[in-house]
Amino acid sequence: MFTDARLVAAKDLRIELRSRVTASQVVPFAGLVLVLFGFALDANKPTLDLATSGLFWVTVLFVSLMAVQRSTAIETTDGARRALLLAGVEPGAVFLGKATAVAAQLLAVEVVLIGGIVVLYNATIEEPALLIATCVVATIGIASAGTLLGALVAGVRARETVLPILMLPVLAPVLLGATRAFDDALGSVAVNGWSWLAMLIGFTAINIALGVLAYGVLLEET
Amino acid sequence: MTTSMTDNAREVSPPATGSRTTFWLGVVSLVGVVALILLSFFVAPEDDDQHDAVRMIFIHVPMAMLTYVAFSLTAIGSVLWLWKRSVWWDTVAHGAAEVGVMFCGLTLFTGSIWGRPTWGTYWDWGDVRLVTTMILFLIMVGYLAVRSLDGDTATLATRAAVIGIIGAVNMPIVNRSVTWWASRRTLHQKSSLTDGKLEGLTLFTMMFGLVVFSIVMVWMLIHRFRISWLERQVSEGDLSEALIARRAEAAVVSSEGGSK
Amino acid sequence: METYRPGSHRCERLVGDVTPEDRPDVVVGAVAASVPRVSVVRLEAVVALLGRFPALAGVDLDVSAGEVVLIQGPNGAGKSTLLRLCAGLLRPESGHAEVLGLDLATSRAGVRRRVGLLGHDTALYDELSVRENLEFWAAASRVDRSAVDPALDRLGVSRRLHDVAVSKLSAGQRRRVALANVVVRRPELWLLDEPHAGLDQSGRDLVDDLVVDAAQAGATVLMASHELDRTVDLASRTVVVAGGMVVADRVSGSGRAVAGEGESRVH
Repeated sequence: MFTDARLVAAKDLRIELRSRVTASQVVPFAGLVLVLFGFALDANKPTLDLATSGLFWVTVLFVSLMAVQRSTAIETTDGARRALLLAGVEPGAVFLGKATAVAAQLLAVEVVLIGGIVVLYNATIEEPALLIATCVVATIGIASAGTLLGALVAGVRARETVLPILMLPVLAPVLLGATRAFDDALGSVAVNGWSWLAMLIGFTAINIALGVLAYGVLLEET
Repeated sequence: MTTSMTDNAREVSPPATGSRTTFWLGVVSLVGVVALILLSFFVAPEDDDQHDAVRMIFIHVPMAMLTYVAFSLTAIGSVLWLWKRSVWWDTVAHGAAEVGVMFCGLTLFTGSIWGRPTWGTYWDWGDVRLVTTMILFLIMVGYLAVRSLDGDTATLATRAAVIGIIGAVNMPIVNRSVTWWASRRTLHQKSSLTDGKLEGLTLFTMMFGLVVFSIVMVWMLIHRFRISWLERQVSEGDLSEALIARRAEAAVVSSEGGSK
Repeated sequence: METYRPGSHRCERLVGDVTPEDRPDVVVGAVAASVPRVSVVRLEAVVALLGRFPALAGVDLDVSAGEVVLIQGPNGAGKSTLLRLCAGLLRPESGHAEVLGLDLATSRAGVRRRVGLLGHDTALYDELSVRENLEFWAAASRVDRSAVDPALDRLGVSRRLHDVAVSKLSAGQRRRVALANVVVRRPELWLLDEPHAGLDQSGRDLVDDLVVDAAQAGATVLMASHELDRTVDLASRTVVVAGGMVVADRVSGSGRAVAGEGESRVH
């Protein structure tokens, strides 16, 4: 199962590297959102300080919508979904592979975004360990829930509009949790970020399990 | 009580969603709602702190409870559709989701109205149940959005069922996260039922409201179920008829082939 | 009539629970070696739905190992659906359907791994090169990647194209790569949907050769085609499908593909 997952992840990442969509469109988009938030909040230092973590994760959620759309499109464009079934790859492995690839792309974007908030919003990183752990756990959670929901709207004509409606409410706990944990890591609000991290781990575990179990059902419905 | 005459009539005329049961359920609902209005506005006493505003409890609390009942039905129906391919349960899941979204919307609406006089605000971000219910509402709106996509019924049912399950499974985490997030600033009264503050007529009226709205919900669910069932029959047609039509194509081609 | 029964040492595993790890890579030949008359595809009154539409409305079809069957019929007759059903991609709504000895109602996953389907889609990833695509599908199907180059050579895909992104190929080249993808899998049952479509003369000849070779190696071929002149001669049998049913079934042409395989054509 993990061999197949690695195979699928490597394939998706290679496709992403070739198409350079992440580098040439997604990263600039993320940077743009940060700048726009700066304008919207009138570059007010105390306000920005308080809002930085929230803005960071809202941006990540927007980016994750794009990443999931692309990841789903890879399999639907030329009937690859059917071919995956014929090849006999376990659907759970396809899910894990695709989620891994989405997570890797999101993490790359987050690295740039962290640079962005340090430079543009003057954020200081007080607890790097918490910051990194939050990014990793929350991102895997976003990628898992997103990959499953992406498969759910695969091949639907209105998928660009339906996917956000489905994804954003489900990801609400990630936004709450990751934002609080970031507040702690950036020292902007006194909260216990580590207990939030525990909640994020719970979310991520649940959604990985759901994905492994339910992905096959959706893959069969071609 | 149906004679063969009425059976024949039913086959000819378009079937309706009403029956003797739903008729009486409807009557009981109507009488119950009227009685509830009388009870809550004229009989139940006003509250020491909240005065007349407390009367919202008689609608708001039963609606909120039934929202969760309806969405639980959706989750159960979703599982049974995926597991047993039970069309019956899939139809229940769909109907319960629609009724649930309506009840959920009304819960949020009555809650805001109630919040204004008691908390001084329509919406309070610090309130766990409010925010959790809102997220649940949005997830279930997504469920209905998927149901309304075009496509074949079985595929849509599967897609929707997965959301129904995702929503249900994520609810504890949503609730937990909102609880922590809001812990510093909650306004919602603690469950009035469990801390035993409600007494006598107020408690009775609220329980009465729960019973009345349960009957209303059952009545709606039965009608909604029958509508889905009929819709399904119309959209799918009769498989045997479709097969006959399909096989007729074969007859045409084979006779052509024979004459060649 | 006998149903398909491969060597007894494989029987238990074939009933349902084939795991990808222990799947045999080489299966061609196993079929030819077994008893003369074995059904590779056995459909009895099979109904299959696309959405709510009965694309197959009661198909009866019995195909023996080593046969090359041409499926013919007007557009919308159910040819593609029939091939997809045989590939284990559709659940039969009613009737009895067995492919390679496995019941399609319960063991579709086991069937899928042993068939090769060339559909209208090519299932190739645009951004990846020809070789990367085939190596991915080989690895996903648990086939050794050394089978990739010979398969591409076989289909006349020149070496200089191996590292070119699939998006840069012409439609005909893309089709050839998709066929190579089927060849790599070495399926027991070939399901070819319009295999000649979009190919030039040399490509069409290559397809014919592939079919002949597959049949002579003991595999079974079902192909849907409009290229009647070419395929009637190639096939040993022509099945006409219309309205989701088999309306004619006749021994046809010279059966060039199986001419040398007398024992597999006992009827």
